[in-house]
Amino acid sequence: MTKEEAGNGRDDMLIDDPEPQDKELEAFPERIKLYYGWLFPHADMSKWMAYGNDGKHPACDQSYFGRREYSFTLENDIYMRFQSYKTALELEKAIKDHCPFKIDIGPVYSVDPAKRHAYSQSGDNIFTPVEKELVFDIDISDYNDVRYCCSGADVCLDCWPLMTIAIKVIDTALRDDFGFNHILWVYSGRRGVHCWVCDTKARRLNNEQRSAVAEYFRVYKGNSNSKSKVSLVGSALHPFLVRSYNVLSDYFERKILCSQQLLSDERYESILDMISDESVASELRGKWQGNRRSNANDINIVRWEQLKHLCGRKKTPGLRRCVEEIVFSYTYPRIDMEVSKHMNHLLKSPFCVHPKTGRVCVPINPNLCDEFDPTNVPTLSKLLREINTGGLQAEGEKVWDRTSMGKPIRYFKDSFLQPLLKSCKEEMEASYNAKVQQSKNSLGW
Amino acid sequence: MVWEIRSRFPITTHAIRCNMWFTAICNLEVIKNRFTVTNRRSPGTMEVMRSQKKASSALTSSNGVSTLNLYRSAPTLEVRLEDFERFAVDRLLVLRGISDGLARGKKPDEMEKLVADLLKAHMRHPQASEVNNKDIISHFVLRLVYCRSEELRKWFLSMESTLFRYRFRSVNSDVHLSLMTELGIPYKVVSQKEFEDLRDQLNLVARSANQPLPTPNGLYKVSFEEVPELVATRKVFIQKGYAYVALNQVVSFVVPHFRSHLSKALVLTNRKWTSMIREQEKDRLTPIVEALATSYLGPDYSQDKEVGEISLKDIDQVARTSFPLCMQHLFNTLRDDHHLKHGGRMQFGLFLKGVGLKLDDALAFWKAEFSQKVGAERFDKEYAYSIRHNYGKEGKRTDYTPYSCQKIILSTPGVGDHHGCPYRHFSEENLRAALGKMGVSSRALEDVIEKARNRHYQLACTLTFEALHASSCDAGINHPNQYFSDSQKILKEKNMSTD
Repeated sequence: MTKEEAGNGRDDMLIDDPEPQDKELEAFPERIKLYYGWLFPHADMSKWMAYGNDGKHPACDQSYFGRREYSFTLENDIYMRFQSYKTALELEKAIKDHCPFKIDIGPVYSVDPAKRHAYSQSGDNIFTPVEKELVFDIDISDYNDVRYCCSGADVCLDCWPLMTIAIKVIDTALRDDFGFNHILWVYSGRRGVHCWVCDTKARRLNNEQRSAVAEYFRVYKGNSNSKSKVSLVGSALHPFLVRSYNVLSDYFERKILCSQQLLSDERYESILDMISDESVASELRGKWQGNRRSNANDINIVRWEQLKHLCGRKKTPGLRRCVEEIVFSYTYPRIDMEVSKHMNHLLKSPFCVHPKTGRVCVPINPNLCDEFDPTNVPTLSKLLREINTGGLQAEGEKVWDRTSMGKPIRYFKDSFLQPLLKSCKEEMEASYNAKVQQSKNSLGW
Repeated sequence: MVWEIRSRFPITTHAIRCNMWFTAICNLEVIKNRFTVTNRRSPGTMEVMRSQKKASSALTSSNGVSTLNLYRSAPTLEVRLEDFERFAVDRLLVLRGISDGLARGKKPDEMEKLVADLLKAHMRHPQASEVNNKDIISHFVLRLVYCRSEELRKWFLSMESTLFRYRFRSVNSDVHLSLMTELGIPYKVVSQKEFEDLRDQLNLVARSANQPLPTPNGLYKVSFEEVPELVATRKVFIQKGYAYVALNQVVSFVVPHFRSHLSKALVLTNRKWTSMIREQEKDRLTPIVEALATSYLGPDYSQDKEVGEISLKDIDQVARTSFPLCMQHLFNTLRDDHHLKHGGRMQFGLFLKGVGLKLDDALAFWKAEFSQKVGAERFDKEYAYSIRHNYGKEGKRTDYTPYSCQKIILSTPGVGDHHGCPYRHFSEENLRAALGKMGVSSRALEDVIEKARNRHYQLACTLTFEALHASSCDAGINHPNQYFSDSQKILKEKNMSTD
């Protein structure tokens, strides 16, 4: 990345070799303090959390902001749960005072979380979640059985397309099938992505409904003990799966097949294992054993074509969905079900910084997710250098705008926050007017 | 049938006007002699005037025949005290039958048949017009009975929802639609044009879910939140937040609505019960209600009929072959420790009475054991009296009836106690050991343990019975004395056939 941008301008001449992880971690505490001081978008994050309730309109619920749970993970793994703040200013001050290594966002409760002990768990006065964004957490290490380029927590440009696929499939379904509009995708800082669905309807879903949405997305049901983990039965596929398959097979054939060398000599057995018809599998094995070609990439594509052809030719029922099942197994999104199912689940806040990588959890534009490069996400060290070499600050200019944070924050504000707040305001006014109308209409006692 | 309750209350046929208590149990507000019903589902407040004459709130189809009740609100009805109790017992038999069917893992078709059979057996009435009232009254009486604790509420909710589900499946689609309206579930009819636009995708969904292809008039649009089950299993097409649901799928979201409404109603009923009704009705309805929850509805074994007597010399052998685990345990403990605490003495002592042990033999039996621990004199002074008491020979001379499984399961054995139901009160380890000692084969043992783990204690006992006697017990074990008499019957038959 650095070499390409070298000639493009003053800022871009900064060299950004990622620092080794232990050095990153060592310097983290002092750097994160500066980050929270200059770069973290406190005001915008609070505007988001308020969902329009921080205004002067009579319909605003002044208690709303204060009923949200936050949790801070401090240095040395000290964990502070059930933190809540009445105003944006209080939240900002708390973050700057504690300098948490990680901030998690929880649900909005029925009462102020800090006062929860005054309320019982059952009976009339209860302490219970009332609103929470619908969230999804996709972690690339859940794909470890189908990616060969990296292991563990590493991620590279060869396997990152799995995340791109996940974003595309899920984002499209959330909008087209479920009718949601206010969706924020965020890089998790190391090896995955998070999704925050913030429509009012989504925030008010109960656990059962959240579970239903998560199950709708679930196709992969495997573990290390089962051979075929995707089972597509039925005489037809649900339209959602059909639509998703178009995306999956495109990426599979264009990228994954070759970048992961799935049909190389060392690896084709795993795919042959998934073909239920043993005669087809052995026929393919016969073709491929000891058959070498010079161009490594070609071999995967050629073999894939052979596989598709053979599976398509035989009309045995077991083979009917064989090709789809293979493609689904290697590419279909794998979400963490538990994260999505429960209202009271805490999820890492956007714009946190990952202590081990130093990378900021920046938003990802789903429309441009093909271009997102996880190895190029701004790091703390880079940002701080950008501030230091930036020169004098102009009048009214925000510090973050002069750094690589500018683009992510502006995207957050323009593409996500502003439309969301507009919609909240409209909803608030509409329901307020309806209530006023109703109280005029109903008979008084 | 001999019911415990009957012996306590004289049956009177005077009518009771149910206004007050019916009102109290379903969130009606009495305002200036008018009754209004607040419908929680609709955004505004729906006011419904109930005249004194209106007999039922059931849905009626066009020919006036009542169909499926939602029990949203109770009518004002006159109910005889006898019917109050009898209707409730009949419904309880239905619900328990459902409970049994579910615990045995019956499939949906089997359950549908079971429910139909149960309703036919118990919920009919000599006057056809009264069938519906019986349905409503029995439901509301049982609400009073089962609102009073979390465990009772959970059970009642589960059984009533299941009953509703299977009745729903058997009524026609007109009823389905009117139910949706009644429940306030907003649905839109899908227009012809929309249907045509989406036809291909709708057909894909139907085929993927192995369902009949949709027809223009049999399709409804509801918010996806209303049908989480269908969304989760991808059995509906969804677009822009709406699910396109076929009429035959309607049951899967009507039932949750029924359930959640009943759940809220039960909590309210409980509140009214504890704050008002229990005290007000303490001489009349309260005793009936409290007895119904623990009522055992089979024979009470207070008179030994078919079983005959057992004599002391046979007791060891008979204990090994025909006592259920709970009683074997008490028996063995008594033999080992020469003592049992009060709970154990009651549970085991009454059981022995039920199997036919005469008073004199009982006294001799207990004395033989206890005197080894506390001495003969102390036995006569402190323990003999209560044994005679159990047989109705002392005090108010009530002839106590042996405890049913339900009662035993609900007991709370403490430190030093050995009564209760081992399938519930033993740790899994101890239960395994006990069953092994009884001679249950290892395969059957696993099944029994699983049933116990899933809290189907009586089924676990039934499986034990079946394993040990190599014979099936379809009715299931409901009473330790039933276990004993069934066991003796089988053994006698075996003896006769081998002779």
